[in-house]
Amino acid sequence: MAGPRYIADPEDQVQSVPLEGLIVLYHRPSGMTHLLAPPGPQILAALAGEVGDAEAVLARISEHFDLAADDPAAAIAARLGELEAAGLVRRV
Amino acid sequence: MRHALALKIGPVSFRIGSAWREPLAQLERLYAGYPAADEVADFTVRLEPATPWRRFARPSVAIRGDYTLPDAAPLPLPLGLLAAEMGMNLQMALGQKRYLLLHAGIVARDGEALILTGASGAGKSTLAALLGEQGWRFMGDEFGLLDPETGFLHPFPRAISLKNAALALFDGADPGRLGPVLRGTPKGMIRHLRPPADAIARMAEPARPALILFPRYGRDFPAEDRPVGAAEVFVRLTQASTNYVSLGARGFDALTALVAEVPARAIDYGSSAEAIAMVERLWAARA
Repeated sequence: MAGPRYIADPEDQVQSVPLEGLIVLYHRPSGMTHLLAPPGPQILAALAGEVGDAEAVLARISEHFDLAADDPAAAIAARLGELEAAGLVRRV
Repeated sequence: MRHALALKIGPVSFRIGSAWREPLAQLERLYAGYPAADEVADFTVRLEPATPWRRFARPSVAIRGDYTLPDAAPLPLPLGLLAAEMGMNLQMALGQKRYLLLHAGIVARDGEALILTGASGAGKSTLAALLGEQGWRFMGDEFGLLDPETGFLHPFPRAISLKNAALALFDGADPGRLGPVLRGTPKGMIRHLRPPADAIARMAEPARPALILFPRYGRDFPAEDRPVGAAEVFVRLTQASTNYVSLGARGFDALTALVAEVPARAIDYGSSAEAIAMVERLWAARA
C-alpha cells in the first residue's frame, strides 16, 4: 500500500544557503527560517512542485544521494513527517 | 509634552518628550557634543506620569512611544534618565526596519568591525567600552546595525550603560562624561558614560564586519577560546537579533552573508585584562 503523498513549494519559494554541511533555509510563504540536515534538503528538492510518496522520493533522490539507512523508505517517511510538522511539505 | 529633546545617534533620530524637566536635563548633559538631530525623528519616546496625579505625588515614569510593551513597569522619577534610555532601546528593538539589529557591542579598527555578542551579563557592553578607551573606535554597546544592502555595520554610539562591578573600571574617566549613579534599577546599579569624542565624531562612518566573538565571563573560568561552527553562529545571531523575523528575506540574506564571510570564536575569561588580551590576539590572527 502506498503511503501518504506530499508536495513541497516550488524552488523559487525557498532560499537556501549551505553552512558547514547543514542548510539554512528561508521559506518565503511562512517567513520562517529552518536549519536542515541531509536528507531534508534533498527531499524538499525532490518534492518541489511535484507530488510523491516516500517511495517516489527515494527513487528521485537515490540517483545522486546515498541514503545510509537499513530501511531507506521508512527513513524517508519519518523525515517527511518532520518536514510536514515544520510546514515545509504538505499532504495532497 | 512639557519638555522635549531631539537626539541623533548614528543614523537614527529620536525625539524624547517628558512631563518632567530633570530626565531631559540629564540626557542633554550626557549627550553633549552630539551632532544636531534631524528635523523629523525616526522614533518618539515619551516619559509620562504612570497615572495623571503621579506627576507630583511620588512620581512614577511610564515609558511610551511609537511602540510600547503593554507590561513595561513604570520607574520612579529619580530613574528618569534610565527610562529615557530604555525607551530609546525599546523603539529600536520593536520598530527598526532598515537595519538588521544585533544585540551586541561593536568596536572597530582601520575600518573593520569586531562584533561582541552573547547572553546578557556576558560582558559585551563592558568589553566594548574598555576597548573603546584603548585604541579601538567604539561603535556601540547595545545594538549593531547591519545594513542588508551593503553588509556594513553602522555605529550606534549611545551612552554606555555601565552596570554594577563595571562602574569601578571607569572611575578614572573624565567626570564630565559620566551620568549620575542610578541605584535600585531592575539591573542593579547603573551609570552612563558618554562614548569617547572620536566615537561621536565618526558616528556616520560604517565599518565592514571582520570578526565575531561570543564572550562569556566567569570569575573562575580559565582564559580559553574555541571555534564556533557556522550553523551555530547563525542560530545564535538570530537569537541576538530583535528584528530578524520582521525583516523577512532581507534579514536572512544579510545574516547568511555575514556568517559565511566572517570568522567567529567563543571566548571564556575571568578578568577584563584577559579578555582584552584574547581579543587583541584573535583580531591579529583573524582570517
